[in-house]
Amino acid sequence: MTISREDVLRVAELAYLKLTPGEVEMYRGQLDEILNYIGKLQQLDVTNVEPMTQMSFATGETDSARFGSNQEAGTLLRDDTVHPCTVADAVLGQAPDAVKPFFRVPKVIDK
Amino acid sequence: MSATQTWTVANIQTALLSKKISAREIARDFYANIDRQNPGLNAYLTLSEERAYAQTDRVDAAVARGEKLPPLAGVPVAIKDVISTSGVRTTCGSRILESYVPPYDATAVARLEEAGAVILGKTNCDEFAMGSSNENSAYGPVRNPVALDRVPGGSSGGSAAAVAAGLAVVALGTDTGGSIRQPGAFCGIPALMPTYGRVSRYGLTAFASSLDRIGPFARNIADAATVMSVIGGYDENDATSAPVSLPDYASEMERPIHGLRVGVPEEYFGKGIDSEVKDKVFAAIKLMEKLGCRRTPLKMPHTEYAIATYYIIATAEASSNLARYDGVRYGLRVPGSTLVDMYRKTRERGFGHEVKRRIMLGTYVLSSGYYDAYYLRAQKVRSLIARDFSEAFQKVDAILTPTSPTPAFKLGEKTSDPLQMYLADIYTVTGDLAGIPGISVPCGKTKAGLPVGLQILGPHFSESRVLRLGRAFEDAGGFSI
Repeated sequence: MTISREDVLRVAELAYLKLTPGEVEMYRGQLDEILNYIGKLQQLDVTNVEPMTQMSFATGETDSARFGSNQEAGTLLRDDTVHPCTVADAVLGQAPDAVKPFFRVPKVIDK
Repeated sequence: MSATQTWTVANIQTALLSKKISAREIARDFYANIDRQNPGLNAYLTLSEERAYAQTDRVDAAVARGEKLPPLAGVPVAIKDVISTSGVRTTCGSRILESYVPPYDATAVARLEEAGAVILGKTNCDEFAMGSSNENSAYGPVRNPVALDRVPGGSSGGSAAAVAAGLAVVALGTDTGGSIRQPGAFCGIPALMPTYGRVSRYGLTAFASSLDRIGPFARNIADAATVMSVIGGYDENDATSAPVSLPDYASEMERPIHGLRVGVPEEYFGKGIDSEVKDKVFAAIKLMEKLGCRRTPLKMPHTEYAIATYYIIATAEASSNLARYDGVRYGLRVPGSTLVDMYRKTRERGFGHEVKRRIMLGTYVLSSGYYDAYYLRAQKVRSLIARDFSEAFQKVDAILTPTSPTPAFKLGEKTSDPLQMYLADIYTVTGDLAGIPGISVPCGKTKAGLPVGLQILGPHFSESRVLRLGRAFEDAGGFSI
């Protein structure tokens, strides 16, 4: 067994998920099976392998004249210019409970 | 076959210019077909008639003025419901966003509309694009139009079913582990996953940010190519958008394929593949050889580790991305006595089982003490999988494989066993992890009449080449081989 009932409860706590007792047992069994399967990665020797942390790819056809020179490793940094941002009303309009200019939530500090 | 299934991007443009039919009439025919078929298929979750007819009126006015029409003028499109549409409800297939109406358009949606496309509505999908059968939608499963007792594939099942059934001419889907190509294969239509960064993700609800891509479903390769030429290209609103010029797909796709080297990796034909799928894909590869491609056997030794790697990386990223659904800024809120109590109750009620399972798995693999063993190791294996591809592409121009090990399975067949469901993505997750483009094209049907998909993978930014191979295959009758 890779994952215990306590592990499931701890993870649910970290992820702000509330689980029923039945769900705890169901997820424990399923996560255990998945983690056992995932464990096959331990068979591989990954010494001296760099982790893939960057998702931009060299192409040789990056067009710096067209896209500007402010680029690094295939990723562009856009120019640091100020644009007006007038979305506050539209954004607050989607909130379950808003009092402009705030989102309202239950009391955070007890005393 | 319904009349709406005969429309293509090209013949719509011709019909509009000759004034045989108006864009409004075409849209009306599609909505009539949706009224008839959608109750059975459940492909659409929301229709956007007001927005669609405003657009057809603009197109029809342009026709009346004798203007040159943009490339997708009057073309009815469907948008997967994880892609933001201004003023049109976007649920992501989740209860937690049941009444969410985005205040802005995704770049891909804005570009479609600028090109004259008519957005008919939003299509059903697995909740937050997590699934391989469309059975994880909070709004019920989609049925496969080819066989109603079977799944359309997932997670972009609604988009695939809509195009296959003539409820849209083209559609947008998203691919994180196979969610464009696999439903394309199951529903028997071409489905393209572009290179990571080729199509802007601005306005796409994030599932796994290092994997997510937007791409088209169509009924023929030329239509897929036209959509790509509209939605592709750099966008400053997406920091991972690639600063790479867009080729002219329409003309590139017509270039001959004679002499192209195609690789066939043995690992994609091993244990677990359906024998009829294997036969059809081998017949498809033979046809490619007949068309002048040179076949090379390949070994891609890290293929068997792809599913494990994928389910670590994708769930880790998902656990972080889905932290934003907490009942504060948008979507569902379930009241609670404290802030944390409100978060927990909201997420408990708002998320379905698969989403909770993935959030927990992702939280676990990132948690203190497990990070190196799971997440860091998976990132290293991801490098090895990407290296298998870069080495293969030293020897070949494209790789041919089945899209899925089986044809569409029955509704309910895999829902009780998440790991079996995950293994349905075994041939598609590799391309996602490596960031390369791939297309699934139909290559005939099984004896029971279920479509089989041929997957064509190419190096980064080689969409032209995979489209070109798909186009030659289509011309040679490969779709019904």
